[in-house]
Amino acid sequence: MFRQGILTAIAWICLTCAGAAQTLTFPALTGRVVDDAGLLSVPDRAALTESLAGLEAKTTDQLVIVTLKSLQGTTIEDYGYQLGRRWQIGQKDKNNGVLLIVAASERKVRFEVGYGLEGTLTDAMTRFIIEKSILPRFKAGDFPGGIKQGTETIIQVLTGDSTDIKRQAAQSAAANNNRAIADTPTWPAVALGVAAVGLLIFCVATQGAVCRGILQIIFIMLLFGGGRGGSSRGKSPFSGGGGSFGGGGSSGSW
Amino acid sequence: MSGSAASISRVTRTVFIVPLLMLFLAGCGLNDIPTYAEQAKAKWSDVLNQYQRRNDLIPNLVETVKGFAKQESSVLEAVTAARARATSIQVNAGTISDPDTFKKFQDAQAQVSGALGRLLAVSERYPDLKSNANFLALQSQLEGTENRIAVARRDYIEAVRVYNTELRTFPGRIWAMVLYSSSKPMEEFTIDDAAKRVPQVKF
Repeated sequence: MFRQGILTAIAWICLTCAGAAQTLTFPALTGRVVDDAGLLSVPDRAALTESLAGLEAKTTDQLVIVTLKSLQGTTIEDYGYQLGRRWQIGQKDKNNGVLLIVAASERKVRFEVGYGLEGTLTDAMTRFIIEKSILPRFKAGDFPGGIKQGTETIIQVLTGDSTDIKRQAAQSAAANNNRAIADTPTWPAVALGVAAVGLLIFCVATQGAVCRGILQIIFIMLLFGGGRGGSSRGKSPFSGGGGSFGGGGSSGSW
Repeated sequence: MSGSAASISRVTRTVFIVPLLMLFLAGCGLNDIPTYAEQAKAKWSDVLNQYQRRNDLIPNLVETVKGFAKQESSVLEAVTAARARATSIQVNAGTISDPDTFKKFQDAQAQVSGALGRLLAVSERYPDLKSNANFLALQSQLEGTENRIAVARRDYIEAVRVYNTELRTFPGRIWAMVLYSSSKPMEEFTIDDAAKRVPQVKF
């Protein structure tokens, strides 16, 4: 009994893992258009959602529009890549996500570009789109117009219909580096599961006391290890595909 | 009869318990130190990659500014010199556990940041340059690269924090003593005051 207690205690200590501190809060990913600042009308949102869904169906690129009430004291660049990583916009193997972020009270707008699209949507290209399509309308107070025009232009670039824009933005220089992020392996959890099942059969067959103790430990390990492995996802119609961000894109203010 | 049954059961127990013990040890973080070390190294190469990207942008930027603002030769030369110094420092994966080289690298890159900041501040004085398409493109690439450097540095700092914590706390400390005695703590970036200072724009 005593030995079991000690073994259980060791297992507890070993499996205690510290969660990373989260200082910024992020809105929930409720759809392809997250209008926290309330800049868009219902029909606008529906129309944008439709064209964004069309883009993903065509190219698998995920473009999400988000308007924020506040940047919580940080810069839009800092907030942007963390939001993209949190939502995991873009496909996991391609990192092809883009965020159009509008921070209304700070009067900042930014395209946050995932690793995989940095070559297509270069910083110069996104800056060009922000300055030509978005900022003039934002300056006039036409937020829906700016967002719609910017989205349309980005979709044109992403679907390859960009010769026109490229000619206008002839300056877009050096191609950016594309990189992929290594995945965290899930095999330890699988191996533990297999071992636990094997042990269960063994224990039922032999009924050993030591064995029961180990079984308890394995049970605890699974309980806590499993929680780290899979992330639960709600049944929302849209969710990020697992893409990551490294700070690509550009910003503007009006 | 009963003796052979007991030995069979002992064998079965060993067969089950040995792999189980290994799994238990893995659960206890036996593999954590090398895993975290590799992650930190990967983040480090990302940092180097982004600094290299900035280095690659500089010659173009200098040439473009030169076309419009030849008289700013001291600022232009400072950028070129800082870049040359930064590229002359040999860095590799081992640099992260070598405090001296790491500091040299960090200082050199901070000087490049400072020189670039002055160059961009100076270019504010030339309306023709500011409206030049090539300059605008380079400027946005440079801003994007600075942002990528910031992100890469932060990711690296986080990876090093995880690795160093593992080395210094239980149970990683035990594993480090027993198995990974060659594992050394890695260096973190410190924020340089000179680099943080925003260059003054005079009109």
